[in-house]
Amino acid sequence: MATRIEPGTTDPKARPKADVSIGDDYASRYGFSDPEQYFHKGAKGISHEVVEMMSRMKKEPDWMRALRHEALDIFFAKPMPKWGDQEILNSIDFDDIYYYIRPMELQGKTWDDVPDYIKKTFDRLGIPEAEQKFLGGVSAQYESEVVYHSIREDLEKLGVVFLDMDTALRERPDIVQKYFGTIIPAADNKFSALNSAVWSGGSFIYVPPGVKVEIPLQAYFRINAENMGQFERTLIIADKDSRVHYIEGCTAPIYSTNSLHSAVVELIAMEGSYIRYTTIQNWSNNIFNLVTKRAVAHKNATVEWVDGNIGSKLTMKFPCVYLVGEGARGEILSVAFAGDGQHQDAGAKVIHAAPNTTSTITSKSISKGGGRASYRGLVKVHPGATGCKVSVQCDALLIGDRARSDTYPTMEIAEELVQVEHEARVSKVGDEQLFYLMSRGLTEDQARLLIVNGFIEPFTKELPMEYAVELNRLIELEMEGSVG
Amino acid sequence: MKQNEALFSVQDLHVTVEDKQVVKGVTLEIAAGSKTALMGPNGSGKSTLANALMGHPAYTITAGRVFMKGEDITDLPAHEKAKRGLFLAFQYPVAIPGVSVANFLRTAVNARFGRDVPIREFRNELLEAMKALDVDPSFAGRYLNDGFSGGEKKRIEILQMAMLKPGVMLLDETDSGLDIDALRTVSEGINRIAGPENGVLLVTHYQRLLDYVKPEVVHVFMDGRIVKSGGPELAHELEARGYDWIEREVFATEGN
Repeated sequence: MATRIEPGTTDPKARPKADVSIGDDYASRYGFSDPEQYFHKGAKGISHEVVEMMSRMKKEPDWMRALRHEALDIFFAKPMPKWGDQEILNSIDFDDIYYYIRPMELQGKTWDDVPDYIKKTFDRLGIPEAEQKFLGGVSAQYESEVVYHSIREDLEKLGVVFLDMDTALRERPDIVQKYFGTIIPAADNKFSALNSAVWSGGSFIYVPPGVKVEIPLQAYFRINAENMGQFERTLIIADKDSRVHYIEGCTAPIYSTNSLHSAVVELIAMEGSYIRYTTIQNWSNNIFNLVTKRAVAHKNATVEWVDGNIGSKLTMKFPCVYLVGEGARGEILSVAFAGDGQHQDAGAKVIHAAPNTTSTITSKSISKGGGRASYRGLVKVHPGATGCKVSVQCDALLIGDRARSDTYPTMEIAEELVQVEHEARVSKVGDEQLFYLMSRGLTEDQARLLIVNGFIEPFTKELPMEYAVELNRLIELEMEGSVG
Repeated sequence: MKQNEALFSVQDLHVTVEDKQVVKGVTLEIAAGSKTALMGPNGSGKSTLANALMGHPAYTITAGRVFMKGEDITDLPAHEKAKRGLFLAFQYPVAIPGVSVANFLRTAVNARFGRDVPIREFRNELLEAMKALDVDPSFAGRYLNDGFSGGEKKRIEILQMAMLKPGVMLLDETDSGLDIDALRTVSEGINRIAGPENGVLLVTHYQRLLDYVKPEVVHVFMDGRIVKSGGPELAHELEARGYDWIEREVFATEGN
């Protein structure tokens, strides 16, 4: 493990748990009295000192500061995962990462630091300049002010809370404290522990009982350096019989010199409610994208994860739904695109813990060139969860002879009265398909693109129009010059 | 007729599939405004000929030339042939899941004519063509050939042909898998598209399509060659007597 312990920090194993008192004498213990000054130095690496400074600077309540410290101990104590792409995973250098970047200040990075291929993609996608600077990590903020404000007013009238997580912690501490970390505790895995220790930004949504939010809530309108940061934390609570659709991300590549993105997303769908969470992410190909996403669906509630992963060096992301109430429904629809040098290790997890629950997993992956896409899935049916229906479909499309696809499905069915379907298919862009389309006047590239767009259509059609158009354009860029 | 005067001209074409010689020297011409039938038993190589003419990469043209309006198109890739107005209605059209008939056709029409056809114009034309071929408008939104019945696939082939307005139409076993009503509809479609400017090559095993789409010239194709040519009466003779007598005749001739 590459974790560095700062000089002067006590051995994490020796520290008593939940050492809240650290906050009271941090100045004398760490020699810094001013968190601003501390972060101004641009410290890399992770330590209790960093966590302490960060929490102080954000003026967080004690319980959150304690939670961070405790989580950091868990992070130190937990070994790296022993599964997944060991070679790439073990190349993460935890010492070489900034764990907290002050808002509005980005370590003096300039537009020249952004790689050319990223700039080119921005141009070709027609991204406005201000937004390019934000996505390139040069500017800290990009907001569609007008749109966002009118949406916010409408939401306020309905009693919907839609804030960034830091603001939510200040303005709605009661409800944040009640639910934060209840679905994904710090101890869940090494990266959820890291996120719990150093999280910044992300979104917080609370929808009151019976309220149906008709328009999708988009993080896009309120992105800033923290929201789209390395360790964002999102929590969505849909109260009884409410309805909400949240969309995060965009198809433009997000560039950061900081190579680790590790988010935690928790969804709570109360009785009869509906949550859809749509993500499209296109990280620059130096990023390790290790995300924990989990939802709990209570009686007759529905949770849908719609998850698109393009870019990054390694993505490990397995959106999960716990179906804990009778009649709950979970759906996970994902697309992964693995280009040269990329490994998309994506999948889904569903736990049927109540009778008559239903789950549908549809996973589509495209591997191109030397790219590798893996489906890793878990379906678990607890004893007594009778009448459950499970449907898993994994389709992999390979482009080129070096492309790779793997499937790691796990099914643990402890109940006989369930209906389980599993289907896995690997296909190549067929010569007969290409010839058929070419015989109608399409060039080979056009034909291949049409086939690929058709392949992901079940995903694309679930996206709002503008995202679908953008995604198709992005796939077009990714497919350029690919030889089958 | 000189080569540059024919609409479509095939000269001494030889085709191999995986190093096996399948088409062994075919010469034929299609004049503008004409219909020609190429009839032959199963396995005679007529589908190979049709696919090779369209430019299927698995079929290698080892000798001979193909001319369209005087231009040598032998070595052009399929999409270049399509842009010049060559069209192959497939015997077994493949499915393209996730791609709607309308989306595909719009891409194809734009590619064929080299311009962006306005959406409204395209839509009207598509709906009209669908109506003429008795294709339910809902097919516009269905995925191309995905889960279509044999008859539906054939109709959609002819629909594509109507939209792409080809100069030379190669119809590979278009009658197979069609019931009598579908055969009539599809035939009417072909007759409507056929005109004084274009030409049709009907590749078929049976004569029944030829009751509806009437060729002026009939070639009998066996073992990779045209072994006999004649008028429409030849098709009826084949229907009545089968292919064996021609085979004997050919052997007898070769024996001499």
